[in-house]
Amino acid sequence: MSTPQPPMPHSAAPEWPAAPGAAPSAPGPAYPTYTSPIPVVRTHLGHALASEWTKIKSVRSTLWTLGVFFALVVGIGLLTGLVVASSDPDLGGESPLSLGFFGLLLGSMCLITLGVLTTASEYGTGMIRTTMVACPSRGRVLAAKALVFFLVAFVVTLVCASVVGLLHVSLLEEHNAADPNGEEWLKGTVGVSLYLALLGTLSLAVGSIVRHSAGAITIMIAAVLAPLVIALFMFSPSLEDVQQALFEYSIPNQMSIFYANSLSESGPSGWDPLWIMLIVTGAALAGAFTLLRKRDV
Amino acid sequence: MIELEGLTKRYGEKVAVDNLTFTVRPGIVTGFLGPNGAGKSTTMRMILGLDHPTAGDVRIDGTHYDRLQDPLTYIGALLEAKGVHPGRSAYNHLLWLAQSNGIPERRVREVLGEVGLTAVARKKAKGFSLGMGQRLGIAAALLGDPRILMFDEPVNGLDPEGIHWIRTLMKSLAEQGRTVFVSSHLMSEMALTADHLVVIGQGRLLADTSMAEFIERNSRSYVRVRSPQREALLDALHQAGVTAVDGADGTLEVDGTPAEKIGELAARNGVVLHELSPQQASLEEAFMQLTAESVEYHAHTGAPLPPQQQWGESWRKG
Repeated sequence: MSTPQPPMPHSAAPEWPAAPGAAPSAPGPAYPTYTSPIPVVRTHLGHALASEWTKIKSVRSTLWTLGVFFALVVGIGLLTGLVVASSDPDLGGESPLSLGFFGLLLGSMCLITLGVLTTASEYGTGMIRTTMVACPSRGRVLAAKALVFFLVAFVVTLVCASVVGLLHVSLLEEHNAADPNGEEWLKGTVGVSLYLALLGTLSLAVGSIVRHSAGAITIMIAAVLAPLVIALFMFSPSLEDVQQALFEYSIPNQMSIFYANSLSESGPSGWDPLWIMLIVTGAALAGAFTLLRKRDV
Repeated sequence: MIELEGLTKRYGEKVAVDNLTFTVRPGIVTGFLGPNGAGKSTTMRMILGLDHPTAGDVRIDGTHYDRLQDPLTYIGALLEAKGVHPGRSAYNHLLWLAQSNGIPERRVREVLGEVGLTAVARKKAKGFSLGMGQRLGIAAALLGDPRILMFDEPVNGLDPEGIHWIRTLMKSLAEQGRTVFVSSHLMSEMALTADHLVVIGQGRLLADTSMAEFIERNSRSYVRVRSPQREALLDALHQAGVTAVDGADGTLEVDGTPAEKIGELAARNGVVLHELSPQQASLEEAFMQLTAESVEYHAHTGAPLPPQQQWGESWRKG
């Protein structure tokens, strides 16, 4: 040890208060205790929400992932709209909203990333300990993270999907596109936004379970793409049913159901994908919560 | 007050913390001492409810940590792992902590001032030096103005000025009547700050005593004598009934005889002395002896533990 140690003045020794004997576990008489002027507060979920909101908005990575998300969704939406409009097609009464699908499919990767980072990155930096020390109720921490993230993801997706929807409708009006009715608008904006926000929340739960950012992101991207890719190469007739199920329940196909164009006629329809995702996300959050309580941080 | 009762943590076969029972009292600085890997950090994590004990119990002012509603106003902790997101500013780091416990935002500015980070409050934590990171950690611990403070190896990697600052801070916090619990693997550090000592090795409690008592029990005093006329000096001492043992570098060490008497004896016999100095065995040595059997990672030099004289010599020299 190279640090020079200043010599201890001898006179300091007698000032030390003597320890009260060899029975340390015995609660002694009244000790002088410090009382803080800060008012005591019974904390609740609201405090955790405020805290997680500050966390999510105070790091650059949130801005980046959401910025890329916006650029992808609106950019790709604009491009597809322009390409379709310039080819001077006759859309034959088809809803123009369905063109928004491509941008959102790619954009979902950003929501997955942000969802995973919300939980898993705290394990990478060791900040999870600070978080759990500040809020020992682990369920509350997870609930606050999930709620804040879900709302952010939902609002951002809703804005993007609405912008792209309006863009497509105005671009393709003169090409015999259908004027989308109320339910089509609802499904193509609120519906798909809820779905994607839930997909991001699922990623958040997986991030909390896996505790490793890169690992959790890989798992989630595989979950989105693998079923579809695997199904593409299932040529054996005996696997036809499996192939069909993989197609129908793959996440891209479930997303496209919000635009009423599925890869197949059977399988989930209407609002089904939302309920499926709600159940899966709920189960993942329950698993994450159980593990969070059981494991050491 | 922190109370541990039979606290135990096992990882599979390995026992990290073995049946620890002790109490950390308010108003004094309690040092938590042990070699690397002794279980200090694991114990602190269990106190904070981060790790679940395999057996036993630990309470903060009579309550389990996870029952505390606004824990930061009860206990502030500086953990070894910094626990700061590198991309977040010092201000925002403290802000989210404050919000999670309903602490008014003005406290963020107050503690930043207290630790001297006001000028870099808006800078990202990744640009912080080790010392600044440590100060930020301490700011987080002080945020809730808690009555219990826990620091895990607070002086690690600090410059002498930073070390001095932390020592002074811990003492003043204890003087205000707070409980201060600080871990270290350096006896020298503890000797300068702690009033009470809890020593562990391989997870077991080795000592729970006041610092003064520890010093008294563990410091051997003797007189070191060096002379070019070694044989003549030995004869003179022998005749006077004083026994001397060989010390390092050809010196002699005399127990239980004051330096004055040895000097007079030498003068009377016409023996030249080059050195005559009262010595105090180092506390570091006492600590190493205490924990010798329990040190987990010995350096395989083949030689016994080297005595670290310089430090002990400067300590408590009257």
